[in-house]
Amino acid sequence: MKHGRYPFIIGFLIVPVAIYGTFVIAAYVQAFQLSFTNWRGFSPDVSYIGFDNFVKLFQDSTFWKAIQHHILLLIFLPLLTIILALFFAFLLNVGGGSKGGRTRGVWGSKFYRVVFFFPQLLALALVAVIFSRVYSSDDSGLINGLLNQVGAGPVLFLADKNLALWSILAVLVWQAVGFYVVLFSAGMGSIPTEIYEAAALDGATRGTLFFKVTLPLLWNTLQVAWVYLGIAAFDAFALVNVMSVDRGGPDGATTVLGLEIYRNAFDYAQFGYASAMGVVLFFLTITFAALTLRVTRRDAIEL
Amino acid sequence: MTTTKTDGPAASYTGSRHATPATQREKKEIKLFSGFAHVALAVWGLLVIAPLIWVILASFKSNAEIFTQAPFSLPSKISFETYKTAWTEAHVGRYFLNSVFVVALSTAGTMLLGSMAAYVLARYKFVGNRFIYYLFVSGLAFPVFLALVPLFLILQNLGLLNTYTGLILVYIAYSLPFTVFFMTAFFKTLPNQIAEAAIVDGASHTRLFFQVMLPMAKSGLVSITIFNIVGQWNQYLLPVAIMQGAGAQEKWVLTQGIANISVSAGYQANWAALFAALTLSILPMIIVYAFFQRQIQSGLTAGATK
Repeated sequence: MKHGRYPFIIGFLIVPVAIYGTFVIAAYVQAFQLSFTNWRGFSPDVSYIGFDNFVKLFQDSTFWKAIQHHILLLIFLPLLTIILALFFAFLLNVGGGSKGGRTRGVWGSKFYRVVFFFPQLLALALVAVIFSRVYSSDDSGLINGLLNQVGAGPVLFLADKNLALWSILAVLVWQAVGFYVVLFSAGMGSIPTEIYEAAALDGATRGTLFFKVTLPLLWNTLQVAWVYLGIAAFDAFALVNVMSVDRGGPDGATTVLGLEIYRNAFDYAQFGYASAMGVVLFFLTITFAALTLRVTRRDAIEL
Repeated sequence: MTTTKTDGPAASYTGSRHATPATQREKKEIKLFSGFAHVALAVWGLLVIAPLIWVILASFKSNAEIFTQAPFSLPSKISFETYKTAWTEAHVGRYFLNSVFVVALSTAGTMLLGSMAAYVLARYKFVGNRFIYYLFVSGLAFPVFLALVPLFLILQNLGLLNTYTGLILVYIAYSLPFTVFFMTAFFKTLPNQIAEAAIVDGASHTRLFFQVMLPMAKSGLVSITIFNIVGQWNQYLLPVAIMQGAGAQEKWVLTQGIANISVSAGYQANWAALFAALTLSILPMIIVYAFFQRQIQSGLTAGATK
């Protein structure tokens, strides 16, 4: 069976590795390299300028605005999504009361799960277009159209500096909740019913059940959810690019690093500077993921 | 995805056999809680569905109706005029077919190349195996934004900027880390006996892969195929970075096209057509989801439960 082993291995690996190497690995390596240059995409010779791009970046107020927005998203996107999703998943799985000492999901839980999950299937870009109409400041918008019916004045969701980012955050939560409901439901489903029965026997209330049984046993899933949502909080490009006023506005109130990278690269041809931003984004993401996993580490509970 | 509906023989301790006041109070409390649960769930369900219904209703309205009528009022007449405009003048038809074409090829390519690489990495020992595996998996840690500028330059140098070939290759390349990661784990779980039997029968390595191992890995392949189709269909950043330049608009994919209709000022006069365009892109998803919701849910959550 040794015969033809290496030709086979090489034959199977060469194309995927070549494609991956060319478009992914080479691109990431070059990004680090470019971040130390002042390249603008046209001049043939590239000069290395050390950390100048990073120095400039740290003095750039737009960059700090973007960072602030990421911090806000980083706190509230996971928090709101996880709380809502946990709440709904708990209702779906054990909200129906107990029969024979066993907790059940509410009636119609399958239907709710199907509906809640659907937004996950829609492209964020599409969701962004839908909600830029929902939020429309005149009567053609869904919300302002309804407000107009009851005589309330228009709310400028995307044009108000203090509201714009929160409006975008709400859309991210709207889309994400269903996915985590399904994820947490799967986790809750794998918790043996005997544990609930035993707890119920001991007179545990629903609240105790949730905090003392469900939550600790779901810890690993919650950790994954927090990391995923955190990474999503470092993106938000599609929503901001499509929904916000003046792309990242009003007055930079919604801008995110992804948008600044895109703008510097393709609108201003600041290739070096855009790459430096990419490098910072990379370190932020990786630090966040590592920190989350480290801080939230607990001994896994063996079932 | 199974809920807690095990009907095991567990003895019932708190059954209705002893109708003490305590259990009656408990029942009342449960009813209350259950009612509250329904209200909470129904409200969120409504929040999810309402914008979509609103979009579909508005797609049948005229521009004037959209501004003057209540959001959830019915259109005065059912007319598909807006759909005609969206499909032809706003090029939604073309964007849609472009997306189908690109995603069909890129998902097929991702699955073929991804499972080939994963198979070799999972089941053959050779020098550099671990290195190549970690090379692929490391791709999961990097944000695509970091690669944006160099990717643009690489495609430009290869003459692949603003081409389907370029876009498809890039989709494949960026889908490989997760596909390889997931499928390697999957191939490792497959039993050895059948593979050994096939080898005894004189099957070549290649035949063994295509005729024995791939069929055995079907459930994993289905999950990851769905994951890749949805991911690539919904991709927005890569196409807006790659499909730009002269004559690019003809090759745009759906996400890009719809976003552009919404953003571009020149089109603002016709919101109705935008709603029709949105409906045209949402409806296929609803139909596909109605048939395959179980597979889609497990496919998309495969990444998080791994």
